[in-house]
Amino acid sequence: MQTIINAFPYLMEGLQVTLYIFGIAIVIGFLIGLIVALLRLAPLKILNWIAKIFVDAIRGTPFIVQLFFIYFGLNSLGFFSLDNTTAGIVTVAINAGAYFSEIIRAGIQSIDKGQTEAARSLGLNPTQTMRHIILPQAFRRMLPTITNQAIISLKDTSLLSVIGVADLTQEGRIQASATFDAFNVYLILGIIYFVVIYLLSMLASFVERKFVLR
Amino acid sequence: MSMIIVENLKKSFGDLEVIKDMSTVVEEKEVICVIGPSGSGKSTFLRCLNRLEEISGGHVYIEGTDITDPKVDINKVRQNVGMVFQQFNLFPHKTVLQNVTLAPTKLKKGDQKAVEKKAYELLDKVGLREKAKAYPGELSGGQKQRVAIARALAMDPKIMLFDEPTSALDPEMVGDVLDVMKQLAREGMTMVVVTHEMGFAAEMGDRVLFIDGGYIVEENVPKELFGNPQHERTKAFLSKVL
Ligand SMILES: Nc1ncnc2c1ncn2[C@@H]1O[C@H](COP(=O)(O)OP(=O)(O)OP(=O)(O)O)[C@@H](O)[C@H]1O
Ligand SMILES: [Mg+2]
Repeated sequence: MQTIINAFPYLMEGLQVTLYIFGIAIVIGFLIGLIVALLRLAPLKILNWIAKIFVDAIRGTPFIVQLFFIYFGLNSLGFFSLDNTTAGIVTVAINAGAYFSEIIRAGIQSIDKGQTEAARSLGLNPTQTMRHIILPQAFRRMLPTITNQAIISLKDTSLLSVIGVADLTQEGRIQASATFDAFNVYLILGIIYFVVIYLLSMLASFVERKFVLR
Repeated sequence: MSMIIVENLKKSFGDLEVIKDMSTVVEEKEVICVIGPSGSGKSTFLRCLNRLEEISGGHVYIEGTDITDPKVDINKVRQNVGMVFQQFNLFPHKTVLQNVTLAPTKLKKGDQKAVEKKAYELLDKVGLREKAKAYPGELSGGQKQRVAIARALAMDPKIMLFDEPTSALDPEMVGDVLDVMKQLAREGMTMVVVTHEMGFAAEMGDRVLFIDGGYIVEENVPKELFGNPQHERTKAFLSKVL
């Protein structure tokens, strides 16, 4: 019990770092996903290809390799130096972005063609149609899948401990060896992740209910 | 000036030549009804009039503007050409009122107050003011179609295109929608109506176009076209539907 009480403040600090990284990465990741999805659906083959190559590259490689590539690989070129937290955020954002883009693309394509036709026949241009008619409906449909991906990305942040980011998992590792009580520390670590993810799902289903498609 | 001029219109989907050569002229305040067998290209013809389908050949002039000209701002033209679809295509995430106000709001047709006032007037006109705050999912088919008509009218179009507006409706709903269309016709709206409602075509149509095989086979006032069809194919079609 004493172990837990001693370790807890450190774990909470780690949690803050995890949530900070997750929060920024998920927002950027979502924007990347939106842009890549629109590129994939754009009426220009070259854009479709660029987007597809990006998505395939991310989906076809392990997260940890992407992380090493960005942190060690890009930094070794010497053009810039990313600290480990920034590299972590960038990796999570890009990784989530690729998966989000597939979700968003499927969501957009699931909206009936008649919606676009009705909007265009009123004189709305393609951008206005996407923004006011297609995306709002697509997002409602995509919300459960988006939540799913967000949860996966949150769990992915634990891998940032490998490059020394002081996130929740890293603090857990430190506390486990400092207290010689690996069992209880990792048990608590798991519970903290579980609670955070549970709250995230609750938030998502609240939003879902609020914006339920009529 | 003629409202619509269709000049040697052609439309293919890949190898499938749906419209081979069609020409016609629609004058202001005319109501043109388009009839023909299923798959004959009635919808395609209508959708070429606001370039919802890319036109393969020929010209379509809307109030003198050649919409086949790639330099034309088609969005501007479409603001003057309302369209009503068989499947309504209301925006399910917007209320009835928002469905009607969305386009005029986004396309800056006056301030919000005026746009809303106009929307309520249009909902009055189609008999659905009390449904303003409802969502499309809460309406019957006939009500949805009347909202769709109000939505199209909100842009103050000069021309209205209807693609079988009553074919997806339960029989008891058809009358309400046709009544709205008749009122619109009497008010002088220029209308092109693809329809299976021969009664409507006979009563309201200034002219009826019979389409088959990629051509306008016959075009005449309803009395003549229905009572004294000139072509074998028209006769064969009418004998099946009348
Ligand atoms: N987007 C498309 N791609 C390929 N073929 C199409 C497309 N739209 C229509 N067609 C074909 O063009 C022909 C004419 O279709 P259209 O919908 O215009 O007929 P219609 O007269 O409106 O028929 P209906 O009375 O059943 O509504 C049909 O053979 C149809 O399969
Ligand atoms: Mg049709």
